Amino acid sequence: MAYKILKKEEIAPSIHKMVIEAPDVAKAAKAGQFIILRLNEFGERIPLTIFDFEKEKGTISVIFQEMGKTTKQLTKLSAGESLEDFVGPLGTPADIRNLGNVILVGGGVGVAPIYPLAKAYTKAGNRVISIIGARSKDLLILEDQMRKVSSKLFIATDDGSKGHHGFVTDIMKKILDSGEKVARIVIIGPPIMMKVGAGVASPYDVEILVSLNSIMVDGTGMCGGCRVTIDGKTKFTCVDGPEFNARKVDFVELIDRLATYRGEETKAAEKYEEECRCGLH
Amino acid sequence: MQEINEEKTENAKKELTPMSEQPADERRKNFNEVTLGYTKEDALVEASRCLACKEPNCVEGCPVNVDIPGFIKLICKEDFAGAIEKIKDTNALPAICGRICPQETQCEAFCVLGKKGQPVAIGRLERFCADFDNKKGGKRPEVTKSTEKRVAVVGSGPAGLTTAADLAKMGYRVTIFESLHKAGGVLSYGIPEFRLPKKIVQQEIEYIRQLGVEFKTNYIIGRIKTLDELYDEFDAVFLGTGAGLPNFMGIPGENFSGVYSANEFLTRVNLMKAYDPAYDTMIRRGKHVVVVGGGNVAMDAARSALRLGADEVSIVYRRGEDEMPARREEIAHAKEEGIIFRLLTNPVRILGDEKFNVKAVECIKMELREPDISGRRSSVPVEGSEFTIPADVVVIAIGTSPNPIIFKGSEGLEQNQKGTVVADEETGATSKFGVFAGGDVVTGAATVISAMGAGKKAAKAICEYFKGK
Ligand SMILES: Cc1cc2nc3c(=O)[nH]c(=O)nc-3n(C[C@H](O)[C@H](O)[C@H](O)COP(=O)(O)OP(=O)(O)OC[C@H]3O[C@@H](n4cnc5c(N)ncnc54)[C@H](O)[C@@H]3O)c2cc1C
Ligand SMILES: Cc1cc2nc3c(=O)[nH]c(=O)nc-3n(C[C@H](O)[C@H](O)[C@H](O)COP(=O)(O)OP(=O)(O)OC[C@H]3O[C@@H](n4cnc5c(N)ncnc54)[C@H](O)[C@@H]3O)c2cc1C
Ligand code: SF4
Ligand code: SF4
Ligand code: FES
Repeated sequence: MAYKILKKEEIAPSIHKMVIEAPDVAKAAKAGQFIILRLNEFGERIPLTIFDFEKEKGTISVIFQEMGKTTKQLTKLSAGESLEDFVGPLGTPADIRNLGNVILVGGGVGVAPIYPLAKAYTKAGNRVISIIGARSKDLLILEDQMRKVSSKLFIATDDGSKGHHGFVTDIMKKILDSGEKVARIVIIGPPIMMKVGAGVASPYDVEILVSLNSIMVDGTGMCGGCRVTIDGKTKFTCVDGPEFNARKVDFVELIDRLATYRGEETKAAEKYEEECRCGLH
Repeated sequence: MQEINEEKTENAKKELTPMSEQPADERRKNFNEVTLGYTKEDALVEASRCLACKEPNCVEGCPVNVDIPGFIKLICKEDFAGAIEKIKDTNALPAICGRICPQETQCEAFCVLGKKGQPVAIGRLERFCADFDNKKGGKRPEVTKSTEKRVAVVGSGPAGLTTAADLAKMGYRVTIFESLHKAGGVLSYGIPEFRLPKKIVQQEIEYIRQLGVEFKTNYIIGRIKTLDELYDEFDAVFLGTGAGLPNFMGIPGENFSGVYSANEFLTRVNLMKAYDPAYDTMIRRGKHVVVVGGGNVAMDAARSALRLGADEVSIVYRRGEDEMPARREEIAHAKEEGIIFRLLTNPVRILGDEKFNVKAVECIKMELREPDISGRRSSVPVEGSEFTIPADVVVIAIGTSPNPIIFKGSEGLEQNQKGTVVADEETGATSKFGVFAGGDVVTGAATVISAMGAGKKAAKAICEYFKGK
C-alpha cells in the first residue's frame, strides 16, 4: 500500500509542510500523537508529529525540517508521488482537559507540534497563551495559524528581527512572574531548549510538560531504542510518551543518546548531497 | 509398544547424513545462509534410514503432529510433491520449521533410532521437500470462499499466519493486521538472514496471500482501532501479537549509547538490512561486542555482530552451557565462528565514557547451585570476582514480554501477572467471547512451531465457534 502525497510546500527556508492521504490514521489521530514514515524499501523509518488531521478528508499533515538524508530526500518528493510506509497514530495522546490558563511554548520546528495542542486546549475551554520563536523572522513558522487557536500569542526571535529580542522562555518567565495563575506549561523544541525552559519554570507552582524526540525504530514499544530516564526509571518514549513531566526528565541522557549516530548521519547526508550534485537523484 | 524392524535397524546407517554448510571462516564475513540443505541424493539416503514405525514416537514430539513416516515414505518413492503435500496437511510453513525448529527437543528427540544411534534428520528432510517445492514454484492453492464469516487476525508472526492459512482453507474471509511494514513477525525482524533467508519467509507469506488472506501492514490494533472495535466489525478475532517488549536488566549504565536490546539490534539488521549498504539504516558496528543471554536470540545477535565486522564478540551467560536454551546447532555454529562463551558470568554494571558511549561491561563470576525441586540449576555470584570486558557495543538478550499496545482501550481481556493473555490451551479461547489468542502472547517467548500449533488449534476452535453460533 502506498500513501499519496497530496500537497507539499516550503513554509520557511528548509521547513516543509506535507499533506498525506492516510484515512485510517486520520480517523484515529489525536493531538500529541505522531507517525513514522518510510520513503521506500531502502529508507529509514523516521518519526514526525501529526501537525493536523482531517478525518473526513482522510488526510494527515506533517511539518518537517531538513536535517539529514531522509528529510532531504523527503523534500525532493512532490504532490502526486507516494510514500511506501506511513504508520500511526503513535504515542499516547496529549492529556487535554479544561485546566484554566495554559502556556504553550514552541521553538523552531517545535512550533509544529504545538499547533494541534493549542487547537485542542482551546477547544477544551482553556485560555491558551502561546509563545513561539525562531532564530530569526524568516524561520518563524505558523504565526497566523497559531494566532487563530490561541487567546494570546507572543513571538520571540534570537536576533530580534521580530517580536521579543531573545528567547521564548524569557516571555514565559515574565508571565509566571506577573503572578497570573497558570495551570500547565507545555514546551516543545530542541532538547536543549526544553531543558532550559524546564529549568526556568521549575521554581514556579505549575505543571510542566515536554514532548521528547528520542531516536525511534518501530514506535510500538518493541525495540527500546527510544528509552529515556524519567524520575530515575527507564521509559519508552513511543508508548509511555512522548509527553513527560519535564521536572523528571534526564535531559543530559536524552541529548547524548540523540548523538548515537551523529558520525554516520553526517556521512550519509554528505554522500547524498554529493550524489545530488552529480545528478544521481 | 513400538514395532521395530530389527533387521532394518541393523542395516540402517547409525549416523545421520551430514548437510553441507559454508565453512566457518567464510560465513563469518557474510549474511548468506549457513547451512546449504540436502541434495536429492542426500535426502534419499537419509530417508532410507527411517523405519516407518507403525506407532511413530516422532509424530508425538512434533507440536503440529506432522505425519513424519508418511512424508518420508514418499521421499523414498521420489514423490517429492506428494511429500510436501503431506507435510502441508498439518504444517503451513515447512521451509521455516525444517530450518529452525528445535528438533533435538521435539520430533527428533523421540525418534527410535536416537536410542541406539542418531535419530533420522527429520528437520533436514522437511526442509529438503519444502525447498524442492519452492524451486518448482509450488502449487497454487485452490480455495473457494464458502462462507461470509470474517475473521480478524492481529499479528503476522507464525501464530497469526497459521491461523489465517487454516481459516482461509476452510473458506473463511481473513484479514491480517500487522503493525510493522513487513509481515512475518519474528521471522522477518528477528531471525537473521543467515539462518532463515527472508526470501523463504516471503514465499510462505505469498502462499498464504494466494489462499485469499488479506494483509494490512502499518496497521496497529490499539492505535488505529481498538480490539473492541475490531471485535464489533469481525465475527471473530485471533490475537497473535507475540512477546516483543524487550526486558532490560535494570543495572547501571544500560542507557549508554551503544547498548541495544536484541530486538532493536536485530530489527536494524534483519528488517531494516543495516548490513546492506543500499539501505539507509544506521547501526553501530562494534569492534568489541558483548551479548548478554543464552538463547537463540543471543546467538543470533552475537553472530550478526560478528558479520558486521567485529573483532571480538562474546556471549555472557549466567549459567553453564547445558543450561543454555538455544538450539544446539546454533551454539555449535557460534563456537565454530569464533564467538567467545563467557559462561557462569553475569553483568553488574555497564561503564561509559564522557560522551555517554559504552566502553566496558563489569561482570561477576557465578557458581551453579544444586538443582532445585523443578530440576533447574540456579546460579549465585562469587563475591569479589568482578572483572571488566571492554565493549563498544552491548546487546541485551535476556527475554521479552508481550507487546503492550494491543491491550490499549479494550476491556475484559484477562491477562496474568507477566502480561500474557490467559487462553485455553486446547482452543485458544480467551476471557472475551469470540476472541482467541495463541503463540508468544499467551506462552511468553517460546518457539515458532508452538506458536503454529496454537494457531492451528485456534483455527479449529474458531470454526467450531461459528458452527455453535
Ligand atoms: C516523536 C517525534 C516527533 C518528531 N516530530 C518532528 C516534527 O514534527 N518535525 C520535524 O522536523 N522533526 C520531528 N522529529 C525529528 C525527526 O524525526 C528527525 O529530524 C528525523 O528523523 C531526521 O532524519 P534525517 O535522516 O533527515 O536526519 P539524520 O541525519 O538521520 O538525523 C539528524 C538528527 O535527527 C535525529 N534523528 C535521527 N533519526 C531519528 C529517528 N529515527 N527518530 C528521532 N530522531 C532522529 C537525531 O538527533 C539526529 O542527530 C520528531 C522526532 C520524534 C521522536
Ligand atoms: C532472534 C530470535 C530468534 C529465534 N529463534 C528461534 C528458533 O531458532 N527456533 C524457534 O522455534 N523459535 C525461535 N524464536 C522464537 C520464535 O520466533 C517465536 O516464538 C515466534 O515467532 C512467536 O510467534 P508469534 O506469532 O506468537 O509472534 P511474533 O513472531 O512475535 O509475531 C507477532 C507479530 O504481531 C505484531 N503485532 C504486535 N502487536 C500488534 C498490534 N497491536 N497490532 C498489529 N500487529 C501487532 C508484531 O509486529 C509481530 O509482527 C526466536 C525468536 C527471536 C526473537
Ligand atoms: S514441524 Fe518441526 S517439530 Fe514438527 S516435524 Fe517438522 S521440524 Fe519436527
Ligand atoms: S523418524 Fe524415527 S520414530 Fe519416526 S517413523 Fe522414522 S524411525 Fe520411526
Ligand atoms: S521506538 Fe522502538 S520501543 Fe519506542
